[in-house]
Amino acid sequence: MNIVELKAKIQEIQKTVVDSYVWKSIFRHGYKDIPRNRVLMTASNVFLHLHPSKMRRHGIKVSYTWCAGGLTFLFFLILTVTGVILMFYYRPVAEYAYVDMKYLQFDVPFGMMMRNMHRWAAHGMVILVMLHMFRVFLTGSYKPPREFNWVIGVLLLVITFLLSFTGYLLPWDQLAIWAVTVGTNMARATPLMGHEGPLAEQVRQLTGLITPRYDARSLLTAGTVVGAPTLMRFYVLHCIFIPIVASILMIVHFWRVRKDGGISGPL
Amino acid sequence: MAEKEEKMIPASSLNPDKIHTWPHLVRVEFIAGMLATLGLFLWSLLLDAPLEEPANPTKTPNPSKAPWYFLGLQEMLVYFDPWMAGVVLPSLIIVGLMLIPYIDINKKGAGYYTFRERKFAMSVFCFGFLILWIFLIFLGVFFRGPGWNFFMPWEEWNPHKVVALTNIDLNIFVAQTLGIDALRNPWVGCGFGLVLIGAYYSIIPAFYYLKGKTMPVIQELGLIRYNITAFLFVTMMALPIKMILRWTLNIKYVLVIPGILNI
Ligand code: HEM
Repeated sequence: MNIVELKAKIQEIQKTVVDSYVWKSIFRHGYKDIPRNRVLMTASNVFLHLHPSKMRRHGIKVSYTWCAGGLTFLFFLILTVTGVILMFYYRPVAEYAYVDMKYLQFDVPFGMMMRNMHRWAAHGMVILVMLHMFRVFLTGSYKPPREFNWVIGVLLLVITFLLSFTGYLLPWDQLAIWAVTVGTNMARATPLMGHEGPLAEQVRQLTGLITPRYDARSLLTAGTVVGAPTLMRFYVLHCIFIPIVASILMIVHFWRVRKDGGISGPL
Repeated sequence: MAEKEEKMIPASSLNPDKIHTWPHLVRVEFIAGMLATLGLFLWSLLLDAPLEEPANPTKTPNPSKAPWYFLGLQEMLVYFDPWMAGVVLPSLIIVGLMLIPYIDINKKGAGYYTFRERKFAMSVFCFGFLILWIFLIFLGVFFRGPGWNFFMPWEEWNPHKVVALTNIDLNIFVAQTLGIDALRNPWVGCGFGLVLIGAYYSIIPAFYYLKGKTMPVIQELGLIRYNITAFLFVTMMALPIKMILRWTLNIKYVLVIPGILNI
């Protein structure tokens, strides 16, 4: 078989595959580079149709968006995947949590790598979301009609911090409990609602509430100190509650980017 | 910046030339995503996530640092009591950020980089973000050691470093200067602090309001928006002001209401 025959043969096979009933049931349009296919490529793909099928030229410029929003989302996805893998090996119980981390690091194939990726992607996501906010401010992209999407964005910023912060406790090592102790200690100074906050004494005399066991801080730590109940509380918040809230907010955020006219740009 | 940007976008941009998302945007996203994932991979191969000794509630490390992104807040604890630094100011930061689109009514500078057309908004945000947020984080990560004392990054952390506690409250400072017995008359100092803070929050905004009466910007803002903007701005500036007061005059509190709160 010479080269020409080979090419013809390959083309023939290709045609048979692409014309087949099964192929056509999966792909609803051709791949040939014509405008119709380019549009369908985005419009008929559930993931890509997050995007409009056509957009303004400057919206794809990296120098404009820094890709920061998109990469924040990518890191969120990476965190979801690596996080689920970690969940297979981790028990949120004070007796086991730390041992499970050691087991994960030394005995689980690629366990260390999964943990590293989860940890560093979490830091990366915090950095990226801050960069994204900075770029949105610098380009004035919160101006009408995008005011509300900026508000959603601020909520996402807070949620990102909370995600990272609740995860910080889970290794149950010295770094974890003391960083979380420092963080949650602030809540005891909440005015009116923290047991050491301004006017808390007066509230306690009036209502009998606001004691070290029942105040703004113990709502977070599930007790008077960062202990086993805190670990369970943070675990549930970190793996279930906050990711769900984050996902809902991201859905709204992306929807609004589209509805507000796509990526902003000069008029 | 703005001029360059304008030149790059043709005059017909009112009806901008559109391009197909596939392949143009998807290609950029794909490359950016691959590079970022590669970066994360290398980072994870080269550097292991930290795992210290098992949690021990009886052994407090010194210093106990919050996660790095909260070190700006932890740094504020030096200058404000926890109820301010840990609760009130963070809440105001969040609310203030959310309010930005509603108080910045300057229509210019939407959708392109420009400093000239929105000097005030840009300066305030960049000051807040780069100095009060990023720089304080940087300070907390690299320059704070045991006892939350100041150390150079190359300096050894000496947990026994002694720093003279010479801080005094502003009322005592003033009383000393005037020769009044502040300790026996706490309400004099308290009244002084209240008046001072009241003045800070009213005189500065009022001064600029009157000064700017002729400026169309302030007219257009209206009283409510102007006051919100002024309140947030003045509150933000309270941090650097207290930092400077601390460094130069060793002032700890500006207002002391015994048994209730200190600012
Ligand atoms: C988990 C966090 C977040 C994710 C995943 C996310 C994702 C995105 C993405 C993918 C875009 C499209 C344009 C781009 O990539 O720059 C976008 C746009 C936008 N984001 Fe976010 N974002 C997040 C947080 C924030 C925050 C913290 C803010 C502001 C406080 C914000 C405000 C906006 C605004 C106003 C737009 C429209 C920008 C424009 O049209 O140029 N977002 N976001």
